[in-house]
Formats: sequence, structure tokens, C-alpha cells
Amino acid sequence: MSPVQAVIAKELRGYFVSPIVYVVGAVFLLIFGLLSYLYVGFAGAQAIQLMQMQGGVAQINLNDLVFRNLFASVRIVLLIILPILTMRLFAEERKLRTFEFLLTSPIRINDIIIGKFVSVLLIYLGLLGLTVLVPTVLMLFSDFDWNPIWTGYLGMALLGALFLSVGVCASALTENQIVAAFVSFGTLLSMWLIAGLGSLLGDTTAGRIISYVSYMEHYDRLVRGLIDTSDLVYFGSGLVLMLFLTHRIVESTRWK
Amino acid sequence: MIHTAVLTASEVVSKIPLVAANCRFESETTSVSSVVRTDITFVIDVQNITKRYGHHTAIDRVTFSVAKGEVLAFLGPNGAGKTTTMRILTCFMPATEGHARVAGFDCTDQPLDVKRQIGYLPETPPVYQELTVTEYLTFVGRLRGMTGQTLTAAFDRTIGRLELGAVRHRLIGNLSRGYRQRVGLAQALLHDPPVLILDEPTVGLDPKQIIEIRELIKSLAGSHSVILSTHILPEATAVCQRVVIINKGRIVAEDTPEQLSARLRHSEKVSITLKAVPSDCEMKLRAIPGILNVLPGQAGGSFLLECELGRDLRDEIARLVVSSHWGLLELRTISMTLEDVFLQLTRHEDHLAEPAEAMVSAPAEQTDA
Repeated sequence: MSPVQAVIAKELRGYFVSPIVYVVGAVFLLIFGLLSYLYVGFAGAQAIQLMQMQGGVAQINLNDLVFRNLFASVRIVLLIILPILTMRLFAEERKLRTFEFLLTSPIRINDIIIGKFVSVLLIYLGLLGLTVLVPTVLMLFSDFDWNPIWTGYLGMALLGALFLSVGVCASALTENQIVAAFVSFGTLLSMWLIAGLGSLLGDTTAGRIISYVSYMEHYDRLVRGLIDTSDLVYFGSGLVLMLFLTHRIVESTRWK
Repeated sequence: MIHTAVLTASEVVSKIPLVAANCRFESETTSVSSVVRTDITFVIDVQNITKRYGHHTAIDRVTFSVAKGEVLAFLGPNGAGKTTTMRILTCFMPATEGHARVAGFDCTDQPLDVKRQIGYLPETPPVYQELTVTEYLTFVGRLRGMTGQTLTAAFDRTIGRLELGAVRHRLIGNLSRGYRQRVGLAQALLHDPPVLILDEPTVGLDPKQIIEIRELIKSLAGSHSVILSTHILPEATAVCQRVVIINKGRIVAEDTPEQLSARLRHSEKVSITLKAVPSDCEMKLRAIPGILNVLPGQAGGSFLLECELGRDLRDEIARLVVSSHWGLLELRTISMTLEDVFLQLTRHEDHLAEPAEAMVSAPAEQTDA
């Protein structure tokens, strides 16, 4: 087992010993299920309306009516719960003085950061994996196209990874977990809201740049079933940038 | 019993040729230390390291070295710079100036190599409360690249050494302070590093455990180089071959505990207790050539005699007492404890302008001569 794997194993153990994973997981799955139920309900109501109007069997599109809405709503759930998952990663080490131990162990700072990030990513992907139950159950009752659902899941995975990297970075900033959670929440919300500013500025250079920085349009395209390399690059580079910033922050604590 | 008069700088210079052969403060003496270095292999070699936090200087041109198998105590009041020095040696933070080398590797340029050579116990034991002792030590071993049989063997050895067998499956969060400290020590010892850096290793332990840990550290001497910081003086006397006294970021003295007390002494002190105390006895004692002062002791019939430095007057004193039929109940020389040395060195720092400089210049002159 390499040092990175040791860090991952230790972090996973830490998550499952503490109640965080159970609470966050339960809330996430509950809300995901509730949202699915509501959107399916709306879709059913719309189908009945259509049937009454047309007097026949209406073809409703679950991809449009359920999944796109569901995936769009999941953003806000992730925005709120993922900072809770990441807040402890570095803040707790600093609070409990184990940070000094990690930094004096023969392991690179990069390995520590990657280990911590991968551990929380695995937990998130695990939770996301459980939600595949929703389309699987719906498949029994209706036909729909699985391809946009897979791209939607890819979108949620990438968006979640980006959120987690922001959270990891925020956690490295402070030894207070509440502050860490709040900083990442604030950052993510700002990145959401600047999409509005971008569309307000329209097709100007500033507008285009601001729209690009926000994750909104990149995520939307994936949810709509569109895999664009530029979006993949956006998420990939954002994630790397955040982890790089984390490295700088961790490194700078040594100089203080 | 302690001479409380404030030393003048010249007295310090003349009477305290402190600083062992391999302890240098100023760059002017580096040529000497390089000569010294040729015949001894130093595992830890610190040259003029300075650490500043903004305008605050935490340690100021600290220079010392540790030979292979040596146990060195870092002694000083809280906030003296002990922890900062250790953090620089363990590559937790870089020095603002100067060089530190551990096992031949530079702390700034080759931090990973340095870290592999070191077992480090910080002030607070770095334990994860949510892990059991076994899980924690396994994690530590893996971080250091140990696997399979090597890890199992190291684990068993360390658990046995620190008597952690009974708690190996318990969560560290549920352990007492003393056990946590021992788990912290186990962490530092797990990979059997050639260099051990222990920041106050016996804090929080009960007296029996303190003795056990001291025995453990003593048993490591010879095969391991150990630096331990403490402000408990008997600890330094008990386990260390050499003591570095640091105050306000500067090394004020470095030597063996015995040499330190011998060198800081202004006079030989002899305590005597007499059965009968005639009125003229103090005067007669004073008349012995070489006796500087006679002070009444704490108990009735006891006296504290200050004699000239380097003279053993016990024979003369005994002869006088016996021939005068005063009844000699006790006669013993009083050596200065490390506590006295420590207090004197750290207290005079406050009274004198730059005693550290003064102390340094003395041996520097000597070595030049």
C-alpha cells in the first residue's frame, strides 16, 4: 500500500467512524428521492392533462420532464452538502495538531492533497451511484433514452468533483471547520450567481469570460446530453487549479 | 545556598568558559567548528539558523550538533525557541537563515530524505482519535513506506517496547493522556529512525511512566541520536549526555550537565553540621586559609563554607573540627544542580545586557589562543 493509498484509507475510515457520511448521505439520498418523486408526479399530471386534451395516449418524454429538471435541481443540493463533506479534511488536522505530523512524514504535500481529495470523491461517487436506483426503477414503468442520463451523471460527477476541490481548498485555509464550510459554500454560490452577471453583460468579452468561469452553462450542456470537450476541460482545469491552490496554501502555512 | 549576587559580565567571562568544542555562535568561529567536524560524525549539524516571524525573532543564530548515538537535551523556559528549532530540523518549517543538516541531508533542499531519517514527537501527540492504536500505527507505517512483514515486525516491536498491547484495539480518543503520549512516542519509534526528535516526551505521564520512558530513551542512546526538549531539569540530568540551554532564541550554554554546574560555580561549597556550636567556631573556621565565607546553615549547628575555587579544604576543616572537639556530624561538598545553573543563566539574561555574547567571546578567545 503506497502512502497515498494509506491516506485514502485513513480518510475513508475517518468518514465512516464519524456520523458525517451517514448524515450527509441520508440527507442527500432523501432529497434526491423526494425531487425525483415530485418531478415524476408533475410529469404524470401533465400526461393526464395531455390525455384529456388529445383523448388518446400521450407520449411524454421523461428525459425532458423528469431528468433534466432533477439534475438541474441537484446542483443546489450539492452546493449545500458537499462543503460539509470537505470541511474537516485539513481544518481538523490543523485543529488536532496532526497536520505537523503529516507534514513531517516522508510524504509529498501533493500526495496528502490527492489522498484526501480522492477519499472524499469516492464517498461522493458512492452516493451518486446509489441514486442510479431512480432511473432504474423508472425504467420498469416507462421508456426513455439512457444516453442523456449518463451524460447527466457525468455532469454531476464532474460538478461534484469541482465542488469538492473548492471545499478541500477552503478547508486548508483555516483550522475552523465551520469557517471552511462557509468559505466553500460562499465561493460556490458566487460562481453560480456570476452566471447571471455574465448573461447580463451579454456577448461582450467580459460577459463571455464571466460566463465561462461560472459552472452553470458547462453543467447545463452535459445535462442536456451534450458532451463538449471544452466543458470537460473546464471541469478538469478548475479542479486542478483548486488542488494547486490547496498545495500553495498548505505550503505557505509552513512559512508562517 | 545559591549565590544570588548578580554576576558582572567580566565575572561571567572569566569564570564560565562554557560552550563545548562543537558549539559556535558567530560566523568568525566557523573555521574552528569545521576543524572539529573532521574527527566526529555528526548526525545533526545546525549552523547559525535564525527564524523570524515578521519582526519577532524566534531563534537567533543557533548552532549546535549532535553526534551519532548521543542524547542531547534542549533546555529552556517556555517560548525560548525549543519547538521552533525542532520544527526546522523536522522540515516542518524552513529557517529564515542558516543551514541545518540531518544525517547528511539538507533540511531545505532534501526534506523528504531528512524526514525518512527522523522520528518526531511534537508537543501534542499527533494522534487520530477516531482510529484504534493498531489502525493508527499501521497508517503511520504505511506513510513511511513500510508494508507487509516489515510493518508487522516493526508494529509488534514498538507495541512491546511501549507496552501498548493492552490498548491496541481501543480507539485513541478513549485513551488517557499518558497512553496517548505513549502512542505518540510509538509513532516516532515505529520505523526505528536513526534520529529521534522528541518535544517534551514525558509530559502528561505519571511518575512510573516517566521513569519507563526515560529508561527507554537511555536504551536508545548509542544506536540512535536523540534530541529532546524539556523544561524539567532532572530529566535532562537523568537521560542526557549533553545539555543545550536556550533562552530567548539564543543558546546560552552547552555542555554536559556536570560540567555546566562545575563551570558556573563561583566557589567550592562545603556543608558541615556540628554537634556542639561554641561561639568562636565561626571565627576559627574563617581562619582556615582558603575559606572565603562562613554562612549559617538551615538547621541548628550547620554551616555553609565557601572555599576558593579549585581547592578541596575538607581535610583541613575536618581536622579543625575534630581537634576542637565540636563533634563532626556531617561534612559534604555541595555541587550546583542543573536547576541552579539554569536559573542563573536564564535570570542573568534579564539583568545583563548581552551575557550570551560575553559567554561566547570567552571560549572563542581561548580557542584562538
